[in-house]
Amino acid sequence: MKPPPFAYHAPSSLNEALQLLGRLENARVLAGGQSLMPMLNMRFAQPDHVVDINGITDLAYIRREGMMLEIGALTRQRDIEFSPLIAEACPLLREAILQVGHRQTRNRGTLGGSLCHLDPAAEMAAVAAIYGAELVIAGPQGQRTAAFAEFALDYMTTCLAPEEMLVAVRYPLWPAESGYCFIEYARRHGDFAIVSAGVLLRADASGRISQASLALGGVGAVPLKLDAIAAELIGKAGSPAVFATMAEACGDIDAMEDALITATYRRQLAKTLLRRALETAYARATGQPLPRHAQHRAA
Amino acid sequence: MSETRSISLTVNGRAVAADVEVRLTLADFLRQNLRLTGTHLGCEHGVCGACTILLDGRSARSCLMLAVQANGHAITTVEGLAPNAEQMHPLQIAFQEQHALQCGFCTPGMLTTLTELLRDNPDPSAAQVREAISGNLCRCTGYNSIVDATLQAAKKLREGVPG
Amino acid sequence: MSAAGMNAGGSKAGSLIGKSMPRLEDKALLRGTARFIDDINLPGMLHVAFLRSGFAHARIERIDCAAARALPGVHAVLTLDDLKPLLTTPYLVVALPSPHFKLDLHRPALADGEVRHVGEPIAAVVADSRYIAEDALALIEVDYDPLPAVADCRAALQPGADLSHADQPHNLVAELRTEFGDIEQAFAKAAHISRADLWVHRGGGHSMECRGDVAIYDDVQDHLTLYSSTQAPHAAMQQLAKILGRPETGLRVITPDVGGGFGPKLIFYPEDVVVSCAALLLKRPVKWVEDRRENFIATTQERDQYWSMEIAVDDQARILGLRGEMLHDHGAYTARGLNVAYGSAHTVVMPYEVPAYDLNIKLAVTNKVPVTPVRGAGQPQGAFAMERLLDVVAQEMGLDRAEVRRRNLVRAEDMPRSKPIVTRGGIDVVLDSGDLPAAQADVLRAADWDGFKARQRAALAEGRYIGLGLANFVEATGRGPFEPATVRVDITGRISVMTGAAAMGQSTKSMLAQLVADQLGVSMQQIEAITGDTARIALGIGGFNSRQTVMAGSSAHLAAKAIREKMIKIVGHRFNAVEEELAVADGRVFVANDPERGMSFGEIAQAVAGLPGYVLPPGVSAGLEATEYFTQDAMAYTNGAAVAEVEVDVETGDVRVHRLILSHDCGQQINPMIVDGQLMGGIAHGLGNALFERMGFDDQAQPVTTNYGEYLLVGAGEMPEVSLLHRSSPTPLNPLGLKGVGEAGVIPTPAAIASAIEDALSPFGVRICQAPIAPQEILSLIEAARQNADANPAPLAAGMR
Ligand SMILES: Cc1cc2nc3c(=O)[nH]c(=O)nc-3n(C[C@H](O)[C@H](O)[C@H](O)COP(=O)(O)OP(=O)(O)OC[C@H]3O[C@@H](n4cnc5c(N)ncnc54)[C@H](O)[C@@H]3O)c2cc1C
Ligand code: FES
Ligand code: FES
Repeated sequence: MKPPPFAYHAPSSLNEALQLLGRLENARVLAGGQSLMPMLNMRFAQPDHVVDINGITDLAYIRREGMMLEIGALTRQRDIEFSPLIAEACPLLREAILQVGHRQTRNRGTLGGSLCHLDPAAEMAAVAAIYGAELVIAGPQGQRTAAFAEFALDYMTTCLAPEEMLVAVRYPLWPAESGYCFIEYARRHGDFAIVSAGVLLRADASGRISQASLALGGVGAVPLKLDAIAAELIGKAGSPAVFATMAEACGDIDAMEDALITATYRRQLAKTLLRRALETAYARATGQPLPRHAQHRAA
Repeated sequence: MSETRSISLTVNGRAVAADVEVRLTLADFLRQNLRLTGTHLGCEHGVCGACTILLDGRSARSCLMLAVQANGHAITTVEGLAPNAEQMHPLQIAFQEQHALQCGFCTPGMLTTLTELLRDNPDPSAAQVREAISGNLCRCTGYNSIVDATLQAAKKLREGVPG
Repeated sequence: MSAAGMNAGGSKAGSLIGKSMPRLEDKALLRGTARFIDDINLPGMLHVAFLRSGFAHARIERIDCAAARALPGVHAVLTLDDLKPLLTTPYLVVALPSPHFKLDLHRPALADGEVRHVGEPIAAVVADSRYIAEDALALIEVDYDPLPAVADCRAALQPGADLSHADQPHNLVAELRTEFGDIEQAFAKAAHISRADLWVHRGGGHSMECRGDVAIYDDVQDHLTLYSSTQAPHAAMQQLAKILGRPETGLRVITPDVGGGFGPKLIFYPEDVVVSCAALLLKRPVKWVEDRRENFIATTQERDQYWSMEIAVDDQARILGLRGEMLHDHGAYTARGLNVAYGSAHTVVMPYEVPAYDLNIKLAVTNKVPVTPVRGAGQPQGAFAMERLLDVVAQEMGLDRAEVRRRNLVRAEDMPRSKPIVTRGGIDVVLDSGDLPAAQADVLRAADWDGFKARQRAALAEGRYIGLGLANFVEATGRGPFEPATVRVDITGRISVMTGAAAMGQSTKSMLAQLVADQLGVSMQQIEAITGDTARIALGIGGFNSRQTVMAGSSAHLAAKAIREKMIKIVGHRFNAVEEELAVADGRVFVANDPERGMSFGEIAQAVAGLPGYVLPPGVSAGLEATEYFTQDAMAYTNGAAVAEVEVDVETGDVRVHRLILSHDCGQQINPMIVDGQLMGGIAHGLGNALFERMGFDDQAQPVTTNYGEYLLVGAGEMPEVSLLHRSSPTPLNPLGLKGVGEAGVIPTPAAIASAIEDALSPFGVRICQAPIAPQEILSLIEAARQNADANPAPLAAGMR
């Protein structure tokens, strides 16, 4: 398991990288390498050129402007994990990133790499879907933006053209008092999830839900945004019964089936995880004690 | 023959310069070019953790990096953990005392990973130790002795005892 | 027993045994200076990569290596035709003999025109680097004519089944029957009969280090050295001698540091032959190190068995008889023998009094990786079958699961208890020692078995499903006939112990050093233990069957004892002292109350090293060296019991093992720390077998789990709290009373966990009939039980026992 031959390029600026990508045939961007390197070692990927963007350090940043959080594509998952800004402004992202791989992979893996790789179960993709994040894409013609829904086309396929790069992700923030929860079921700690569920919601003073955004990861080729359920939640006072009914609606979603996991099981997990995520997010939004399943996980 | 590049880096505190094939992994560079064979390859796809090294102090899979990417960086391998030829690092001592290794194949990756943990968190809980090594597979020990050894080493390090 | 050692200042032989001594192996391993197979780098070394079949079954119409051979940096591309001139036979004839074989399924060194599993090696590229060798693989053209693949051992034996080997008449490689007692009568008079259909699935050994070979040919001496990451270097050397037609003197196999064995590395593999041939052909050192992808498709695996069993009991739930069928997946070739199936069959009846038994076993050939022992070697399946059956009996008769077992366990007062079966080598099976009921009582007490029902009810009231499960086991250890050891003291006083045993991470060197140090009154650090080198000792069998401590340990103990006695004799003669007056300590033998009068080990060695023209001390043979072939034909049986406590999330199917308690009795322990380590590793492996590890294949026998993201090994986060409880019933079979311990943890763990899951899910009335069991399967079982209950409400109510 050794990488095939390729030519190596290490641009030090975005412009240089874009020029290379525009000029070279069959080139592949190398970010944290936590997905691309295994594919190279196994020779599943056989690029003629590897464009290593790790030297473009100005693509690694986390900044907030008002209610917009912007994270550079080369930002390491580790830096998201330890960012006080994110912990405060975007706790859903932090809760999700803790479930991405292991310390060693988060030290190298990048936000952009995770989104461009677009594993169906990638937590970063599900979070981007929940926030309706905007992706900043640079190409030979300059920059454009794409909503996550336009970016994530299909199974491990983005809207990026071969000569384009993802440079940043913008998350429209929710008010600090919003409830959030990101949970997943994986067989072992650090594994890719079989299914994940993420929820952002707000409740008014009377406990009625005023805003909600939900998504499932690992179920379909790309994160599945549950807008209909979110819409139905509006105006309802949260309760286990309400959330159970809402989650029941996942029972007939279109779920993937593969050699190891059945579609039925994915649907069952989707129901359970969505219900639990709703309960936790609601408890957080309303300042109530966390449900037992959430305490269990924290322990 | 694929293209080669000149790189210079620091490995276990020593400056190293070499010409490497650009496709050479960092793990193979350390093992073959520098003969630092303590870094082990157990999967070459990023899951087992045996190849874990410290890159500028942070744990990383050396099978998932190219040698050229280490240019200008400082690498620490298991060979660089002990202060000298006589003494061992408190983690190494604790590993021996707690029988936290059997075949020892996973051990270098465990030690590098845990070195980072104890630097960042000198007083970890058992659960935090388990989490830290969740990306390191061991077939021999059943892990519990590794957790015990880490807690023992952490205590020694906090007390400032060299071992 | 000599009183010598008891004198003041002297060492008492026996004082080191049973102490947790730090290991000799650790320093190098901890500093990264150990030398594993892939750490061997030699000038001029070439590297091998194998082209492997992507089809489970196909005829090879054509192999074209021209483009690969033309790639710069490639030195050779070898197919079977290229090897044939060097081989006495193209096949690896390795099967342990048995009259039950119906088919000869020897593996070719490289594919012989038909490939029979994904991963079978077809050609080997030898190049300047592994990178280039892999580049060349892509340039080899192979035309395959796909044949129907047999992916399932049940389908393999159906009438009209496709053939796994196109040139064989059928897929039944062997059939054996283990029977004793009057089985018809047992079932005729039974008060109750329970049944179970069970399945134990395939996994791998998964040592963290894969396999590997470095072959070095010295054409001056016409001598071939093979460094191999093997558990059985002498067997490898003998196999090489046969297949290469070379004298043993022209061969040496050395095992470097080995990063775990767990069974698959005891096998002699095609790659061992090919790498050796490459070195012979190219006259350059040649290295091949298996990568993990190869390990998933080319290294042997184990455990696929289907059991269909019935148990007859009297009205007190005492076992009257057991009968049934077992179907064993043999894989595509005979890479070892029928031993795994034997092991399974015997394990069933070992812990319990079983008056009658009739098990028919069929071994089916499939187009999957060959099956050979993986830690446990058939025993986890046998234990699973028996323990699951006993749970069914308990449930159906409304009895406590522990009580059913207690009534049937072999009693301590009946030891040694002979069983009416013989091993695959024809040796009588006798349970030599142990107290099984006490071992069970130990774990029950530690688990608060009796108090658990209340805890379970309380948990259920909170919506939590917790359960407790129990399994007993007996492990056959110390497979004979022998494992030699030589202890030598040289004229500098250095002590070495050499053995045919192979170290693969289980502390063999420390174990040997501890036993020798114990006799010679020195520290372990003063002893050099040399394992796994065919040039150092003529015969050896190797590391498997939890045998090395029993066999090599006994030999080393006896050899060291012989050296001690010889030294005492020489010094006694020199200083005119009787044995009782002498002490052995600090590398000297001396008169205890006049320590000046004595000799260092080196001086003693010198005294018998021979000076031309001078006589040896009277009654003493030349040389300070002793070799012992301690022989033990019967196996020493380790026993124990396990309790698992689990919690099942009935909405996700997730199983958390909260606690595992294992009691075991391996007789005299040499180093308790190492014993615990072995048990813990076995438990982790057993946990994997119970819940995580599943080597999946699709219906065309294509493996679907070929990386560590898909094939799940237990990680640190999955390991529960474990309590180990010890008993010691030394076996009468060897001088120190040793029994093996390497596989004990893995045997009862899956059965105990399955039992615990079933207990946790008792409100639903779910049965666990397989290992591993995945969360999605648990949910389907719950779902099926619910539907069943809706159709017929009674069982649900009865479910809460
Ligand atoms: C053991 C292990 C466990 C893991 N567990 C998880 C997990 O639980 N959840 C999870 O989501 N991931 C997991 N991962 C994957 C990890 O998160 C990767 O870091 C991530 O998928 C890819 O990020 P990267 O920066 O490493 O990208 P790379 O591997 O460098 O690149 C991935 C892909 O994205 C492309 N790319 C990268 N950056 C850009 C860019 N800026 N513009 C255009 N294209 C780009 C590359 O060309 C490549 O195709 C795991 C990985 C390992 C090894
Ligand atoms: S060898 Fe790098 S993670 Fe396994
Ligand atoms: S000690 Fe052998 S793999 Fe960990």
